[in-house]
Amino acid sequence: MKAQRNFMKVSFAAVSQNEAFARVAVASFISQLDITMDELEEIKTVVSEAVTNAIIHGYDENPEGVVHISVQINDGVVEVVVEDQGKGIEDVEQAMQPLYTTKPELERSGMGFTIMENFMDSLEVATAVGKGTTVRLTKRLSFAKALQN
Amino acid sequence: MSLQIAMETRQDVLVVRLQGELDHHTAEELRSKMDEALRTSSIRHIVLSLADLAFMDSSGIGVILGRYKQISARSGEMYVCRVNPTIYRIFEMSGLFKVIKFRENEAEALLILGVA
Repeated sequence: MKAQRNFMKVSFAAVSQNEAFARVAVASFISQLDITMDELEEIKTVVSEAVTNAIIHGYDENPEGVVHISVQINDGVVEVVVEDQGKGIEDVEQAMQPLYTTKPELERSGMGFTIMENFMDSLEVATAVGKGTTVRLTKRLSFAKALQN
Repeated sequence: MSLQIAMETRQDVLVVRLQGELDHHTAEELRSKMDEALRTSSIRHIVLSLADLAFMDSSGIGVILGRYKQISARSGEMYVCRVNPTIYRIFEMSGLFKVIKFRENEAEALLILGVA
């Protein structure tokens, strides 16, 4: 089987209506792979988490903000990068703790990063206060694992 | 796809049936509709019927926990039924099943609460 390589990029305004758009855009792009329903749902969920973080925390829901997503497919490994030029995260370690949130008044659950970690194989967060945040998530799909064995 | 919210009151039980997608964008509407129902009547228990909920992320956890706290203060209980596998894992990961009861279907939850 020949190696499958592909990528896509999309940028959109930091408004909550675009959370659904972001999930559907990524899901429809990776549907070209032999992906299971569960894997597709997991990736949609993590995209939603990362994009919601960018909108709520990165940009404080300022619609002038722009969220960027890029997706790379490389031999059955999906890499999703969600990037904002928002306010950045002061303490990443603390932000990644389950149930930790800086916005309890908005009833945020503080589970976003925990879900991203659980549903993907790897999670990397690069952030600088006043400059923005980049979240890089990867997942090797089960069909690729089967081919490897 | 957005979120459709159907609510029914049976004595002191509020049954909430969700269809579509529950995220940060749609959570606000669910929050205000449920809060209105909780404000205006003597509801003690909530049954969340999620058979037709296609998607939920951590914003859903936040809104569900917020409503749980309200009925818990009235010594009420919350039941969740018919959850898809991905959403079930999100509930589990968040520790929601420590406080919210899971039942296979709505009828079972209503029977336990004595309003079937």
